[in-house]
Amino acid sequence: MTSTTTDRQTNGSHREGAPTIDLDRVVVRFAGDSGDGMQLTGTRFTTVSALFGNDTATLPDFPAEIRAPAGTLAGVSAFQVQISDHDILTPGDAPNVLVAMNPAALKANIGTVARGGIVIVNNDAFDDRALEKAGYGSNPLLDGTLDGFRVYEVPMSSLTMEVCREAGVKPRDAERSKNFFALGLVSWLYSRPTESTIEWIAKRFADKPQVLDANTRAFRAGFHFGETAELFESNYQVHPATALPGTYTDVTGNTALSWGLIAAARQARLGLFLGSYPITPASDILHELSKHKNFGVRTFQAEDEIAGIGAALGAAFGGALGVTTTSGPGVDLKSETIGLAINLELPLVVVDIQRGGPSTGLPTKTEQSDLLHAMYGRHGEAPLPIVAPSTPSQCFEMAIEAARLALKYRTPVILLSDGYLANGSEPWRLPTLAELPDIHVEFATEANHSDPDGSSSFWPYQRDPVTLARPWALPGTPGLEHRIGGLEKADGTGNVSYDPVNHEKMVRIRASKIAGIAHDIPPVEVDDEHPGGSELLLVGWGSTYGAIAAGVRRVRKRGIHVAHAHLTHLNPFPANLGEVLASYRAVLVPEANTGQLVRLLRAEYLVEARSLTKIQGVPFHASEIEEAILDALGVTPQPGMELQSPVEEAS
Amino acid sequence: MTDTIVPQTTRKDWTSDQEVRWCPGCGDYSILAAVQMLLPELGVRRESTVFVSGIGCAARFPYYMNTYGMHSIHGRAPAIATGLAVSRPDLDVWVVSGDGDALSIGGNHLIHALRRNVNLTILLFNNQIYGLTKGQYSPTSEQGKVTKSTPFGSLETPFNPVSLALGAEATFVARTHDMDRKHMMETFRRAHFHRGAALVEIYQNCNVFNDGAFEAITGKDARAEKLIPLVDGEPIRFGAEGEHGVMLDADGRLRLVEVSDVGVESLLVHDEAREDPGLAFQLSRLARGPFEPTPIGVFRAVERPEYGDAMTAQMARAEEAKGVGDLGALLRSGGTWTVEA
Repeated sequence: MTSTTTDRQTNGSHREGAPTIDLDRVVVRFAGDSGDGMQLTGTRFTTVSALFGNDTATLPDFPAEIRAPAGTLAGVSAFQVQISDHDILTPGDAPNVLVAMNPAALKANIGTVARGGIVIVNNDAFDDRALEKAGYGSNPLLDGTLDGFRVYEVPMSSLTMEVCREAGVKPRDAERSKNFFALGLVSWLYSRPTESTIEWIAKRFADKPQVLDANTRAFRAGFHFGETAELFESNYQVHPATALPGTYTDVTGNTALSWGLIAAARQARLGLFLGSYPITPASDILHELSKHKNFGVRTFQAEDEIAGIGAALGAAFGGALGVTTTSGPGVDLKSETIGLAINLELPLVVVDIQRGGPSTGLPTKTEQSDLLHAMYGRHGEAPLPIVAPSTPSQCFEMAIEAARLALKYRTPVILLSDGYLANGSEPWRLPTLAELPDIHVEFATEANHSDPDGSSSFWPYQRDPVTLARPWALPGTPGLEHRIGGLEKADGTGNVSYDPVNHEKMVRIRASKIAGIAHDIPPVEVDDEHPGGSELLLVGWGSTYGAIAAGVRRVRKRGIHVAHAHLTHLNPFPANLGEVLASYRAVLVPEANTGQLVRLLRAEYLVEARSLTKIQGVPFHASEIEEAILDALGVTPQPGMELQSPVEEAS
Repeated sequence: MTDTIVPQTTRKDWTSDQEVRWCPGCGDYSILAAVQMLLPELGVRRESTVFVSGIGCAARFPYYMNTYGMHSIHGRAPAIATGLAVSRPDLDVWVVSGDGDALSIGGNHLIHALRRNVNLTILLFNNQIYGLTKGQYSPTSEQGKVTKSTPFGSLETPFNPVSLALGAEATFVARTHDMDRKHMMETFRRAHFHRGAALVEIYQNCNVFNDGAFEAITGKDARAEKLIPLVDGEPIRFGAEGEHGVMLDADGRLRLVEVSDVGVESLLVHDEAREDPGLAFQLSRLARGPFEPTPIGVFRAVERPEYGDAMTAQMARAEEAKGVGDLGALLRSGGTWTVEA
């Protein structure tokens, strides 16, 4: 990618005699085999659109297998992106354009495409064998399957091989560049600037000159094909979105989270120690942080999940910002160490990039089903703070917030992200460094207790009266030598204690410490254009933000007043949440699980909250939220008010 | 700032105010005493010394040391200590573990700490039994062992901790026993000064659940005939008069011999720094169990870069190559665009 500020480019993609039609938004879905480079193609299309100034939201959708059998439905990998000239919240419900590199990609994705949408197929790939592998009894390009779509058959494989042959690339290698042909074609179709992609190819494949050449040729050929072949009656442009002034970048959740951890360590003036074990979809955080050793980052790829968190906790004992990153199965294994950290009262950040469960479940698919696990997944009374970002870019901020709470309250904190946030991207208005919060905490340096004989000593469990946090005394500090451990502590001295009354006291102190954080987090904000007049409050958390907010916008366009509150702090809840819930007649809680937040809300506030759930490994569509709201309010859509409203998300 | 001269200390300075709660007569007492008596001799500071343990009788050790300490969870001490040691190279980190803690539930962490060569001094109290849970067989219990959980005898082949450590690429492996304070102190001293992971297996008597497990070799009257002291650079010999020895046969096997039969020049000369761990491995398996002549002392002591040092060096190289991390530049590294006001 370019590392310099890119100007908004206009481009020369307009073809004489063919009109360029303005669109306010478009949803494109690239689909092919797992080895076809669809994620790369989609990411590149997103970046170029973001650099152009569009708002973007993405949904990578790929199988758990690295290379499932080629040409099968199991091996289809897709990348969906919505680009827009206005603020958007989701990657779109239904693609306007599907690029299908083979029959399996077509079959797996055609059901999602909007009626009347564009389908661009690589017809070279539609031979009998491929059709059979995809489970097509007859050729869908011929048998009427695609009636109602605007289908463009483009021989992408052969055209790519043709342009590459001139460069002396072997046909087999050349064929691999066909995704760049597709990127070129779609870039023309949506009037994307080409320069930055060509520069990017040059940089990315600098060490493989032949691949570089092939990809560049394929990309240009795709672009020129659109321009010159009189296949397409027009092309389109999506103008830049109006956004708040500032400097923007396009960022995925996992990258933002990694950078947030680096920022947190900087703002705390501590070294960052990451103990981690590879697991989908969290590994990218380990990869990203391991690149940045010059920020004082120590990354430790441990022998297992338990060692990952153990090492992070050991580093925290030594005065580092200790972090472990994982997904649900890893949290299972880390539970015992999280409990230890709760008892030791040491700061620790545990990042859970949730995926479909139980067990191995759906490694590459998103789900929000670890909330109750984060709340209760430990033996004994073991409360801890839980935070959850709502969007990819907010992962940055919430990583700092998790670290702030961990350091200030000397507690493990669980940050719940998910596969959708982790891999999805959006434009992010960069904060200035001066805007970042100072989360520095002091280490203990001297004795804190006067003994009856007049001497002074260090009590490792003597607490701060406000936060109830215990002192953090680092090994190496003379005079503060102390022992901590998993056995119950005597209040104050921290010595091992089996005293029954002390145990109850300590359980309650630890709980109070976490509960008290409610007063140290922002009150929940409600998006309500008619306070007092809204009939329904939607409460969400995490990655459902975009779909809920988009669904709310749709309903509001119908003149119906609804409100939306989105929680970033799940434990404790914001201090005003009970009051907010009580001020609405009805509460609806959409979640990508069987209803976990709704249970917590009901239990905590005795509210009659309703649950809306989806457990399919994919995010909610805005239309599903819209439908649920209308249903909850007993509104029947009138003719002309069909659910797929044309300007679905314009605010 | 701390003084550059380490203050003189005595055993008392290293003893915490906590009452020691092991069973009367437990071998752990003598190990604790050996460590507390050794530390004043090492020129180290209390505040820079950390004992990390897991779960088990041995794991109570940190509570009795007037240093920094952590009594953690079952088997995880090497992992926790790894994070501490690599991020704080200024500290002297000890791990105290038992045969169940280190070799059963925590086996994975032990082998990886050894392979990485993390700067840890690991004391493995081996009593061949689970004590804290009241008498089940452990991964070092002999086959056929009758315990509460094996009323008809254990079916399992035990681990040999020294063999295991050598197989796990350990750079320092030694064995000592709880009946010989001087030998323990000397072995611990060597382990402490080894830069990297040092594993010391300590034969330790559990007088409640496995009394006398090592009596046949560590008993005062038995030692001369049953313990084979390994001395670097010296022929391996034992017996009250050094009349027995260890010889490497032409077929590559180790054999116990009488020095009078073969001559001292035929004995194997111990070389703890030998690159190939093969001979050390053979020595570790000379006895089939603690009833035959058993080598004690340092089996292997070789130099290899320490993990934390290597990590610190890599960070320094990254900083040299890229400069001190600039967060503002990092946030812009993916390409940016500007929206004007």
